[in-house]
Amino acid sequence: MSDPVITARGLTKRYGEAVVVDAIDFDIRKGETFGLLGPNGAGKTTTILMMLGLTDVSAGTVVVAGHDPVRQPLQVKRRVGYLPDLVGFYDHMTAVENLAYTARLMGIGRDVRDARIMDALALVRLNGVAHKSVATFSRGMRQRLGLAELIVKRAEIAILDEPTSGLDPQSTHEFLDMIGALKREGVTILITSHLLDQVQRLCDRVALFRAGKILVMGTVPELARQVLGAGFVVDVEAAAAPGKELAARLGAIPGVLTVQQTAEATYRLTADHDVRAEAARAVVAADGALTRLSVDSPSLDAIYTRFFEKQSATEGEIRDAA
Amino acid sequence: MRREGSPWQGLGTVLLKELADHFDSLRMLGLALLTVLAAAVPFYLAVVELKNTTSEDPFLLLKLFNPGGQTLSVVAILGFVIPVVAISLGFDAINGEHNRRTLSRILAQPIYRDALLAGKFLAGIIILAVNLMCLWLLVAGLGVAFLGVPPSGDEFTRALVFYFVAVAYAGAWLGMAMLFSVLFRSPATAALLALGVWLFMTFLWPMIAPAIAAALIPPDPRYTLLGILDPQTAALQQGLSRISPYLLFGEATRTILTPTTPSLGPVLDQIRMLRGEVVGAALPLRESLALVWPEVVSLIAGAIVLFVATYVVFQRQEVRA
Repeated sequence: MSDPVITARGLTKRYGEAVVVDAIDFDIRKGETFGLLGPNGAGKTTTILMMLGLTDVSAGTVVVAGHDPVRQPLQVKRRVGYLPDLVGFYDHMTAVENLAYTARLMGIGRDVRDARIMDALALVRLNGVAHKSVATFSRGMRQRLGLAELIVKRAEIAILDEPTSGLDPQSTHEFLDMIGALKREGVTILITSHLLDQVQRLCDRVALFRAGKILVMGTVPELARQVLGAGFVVDVEAAAAPGKELAARLGAIPGVLTVQQTAEATYRLTADHDVRAEAARAVVAADGALTRLSVDSPSLDAIYTRFFEKQSATEGEIRDAA
Repeated sequence: MRREGSPWQGLGTVLLKELADHFDSLRMLGLALLTVLAAAVPFYLAVVELKNTTSEDPFLLLKLFNPGGQTLSVVAILGFVIPVVAISLGFDAINGEHNRRTLSRILAQPIYRDALLAGKFLAGIIILAVNLMCLWLLVAGLGVAFLGVPPSGDEFTRALVFYFVAVAYAGAWLGMAMLFSVLFRSPATAALLALGVWLFMTFLWPMIAPAIAAALIPPDPRYTLLGILDPQTAALQQGLSRISPYLLFGEATRTILTPTTPSLGPVLDQIRMLRGEVVGAALPLRESLALVWPEVVSLIAGAIVLFVATYVVFQRQEVRA
């Protein structure tokens, strides 16, 4: 968790007039799992392609594993494994043949190639179908085969573009476990996704991406504070208490930012820390009968939805004003 | 801006994989059968005709390929079949990778795009060369077996030069097919357009070129009265017709395979006769080679220009699906 392995400064991509990626800055540290989140067309894939030297950089710099992907793409691509969204394989070849082809392109010697391929296939649980034609593979199996390719490559950095889109819940779960295993081995992982709870589980840090800009970046609790204004949501259900008085008492608790009465006798507090104990005390002090008390830790889903709601709202205002 | 590392890294791997794909594919088998079957009929006709004249003809092997006269020849058939085979080998080279979504995965490996493109082009050329070599050996071998006369060294060399001309011709069409495979995302569009260009160059251009030439340089009525073409018009017509690889191929093969009449077509022969040249005498091999050289170079140059165009377009193309 020290030196950045990916550094972008003012990274920009223009197609004619259109700015697809607009002067973004970020650092990804070694061993970190970084999530890049945003709606489709936000410029996530373009950013990835620039990091791999697969598309030109219009302005700014990006350094990946100590190399400039524009001038030293082979050095970068030797260290970085890329799993594109909707990864494809040669259908007429078997799983092993497909991996053997890319392993040869990677320059992996004949002596270790087969062993590495079989090990990788075992890790992604495809060893049973290693010699079956890829044409028969399901979407989830193809995705796992793509992951096996990164394992064969022994990539220092794994870039996964929407790796779980289009997978059923069971395959998604399995796939995320495999990414988790990769992470435990110290691989730096960059993942783009819109399946937020999964990203939340995996990622150390996330960046919200929209219209070519990184709008906020940080750990999930940090983002919650920035976007939701508070990290914790406490629900209180208390019967037989005079509503006004209880609301006032709850609002007076240090750290509570807002109090919202959601039903007859339920209140939703947002706070910058877990205020359950104080809330219970307040209910009792107001002669209420506490029937339920729960806390939600900040969810990325809420942050994401809230954030883009806010964004569209401000954009809407700007449009209306103009 | 210089980039680091060799552009040829991975070339061998791509080449071997593409060759293996071609050899395994049904498409390849079909194309090989098409070539052999298409050549079988004119070959048979040539053998039947030559059996009557075996004793008097000094260039039997060459006559097998191109008997001359009105008979349909192996060479004429190849003029049609080679482009079809080359187009069907190249039309889905790059867009196929795009559509299978393998392109970005392959290019994320430590190779340059150069290796992928050059590997595919070389694999196509090798396949075509092997195919044509098989056909060449079949014609020559069966011809010797049927007619029972071994070819002379001179004849053998000419037949070999013809083989290289055919490979260069195939290379030009393969280059065009691959250019279309980069330009058009849909393989069907690429194939249809490539076949369209082939039809135009092979069937329409031979009719259009004389019309354009006559329009640009109206023939002198004195020549027309004599029933021959104005040399200036004829020269322009020939220059224009050489845009078509099909006509270029026809001209080159006629020159190299018909040593007795180093004919450049009825038009130029007329001019040559007017200039007092002897048409119909056997030319030595060296002279034939000198005559055929510009056409061969043009075909090879065409292949290279098309490959370079493909390369430039491909380098600038976005890899994302």
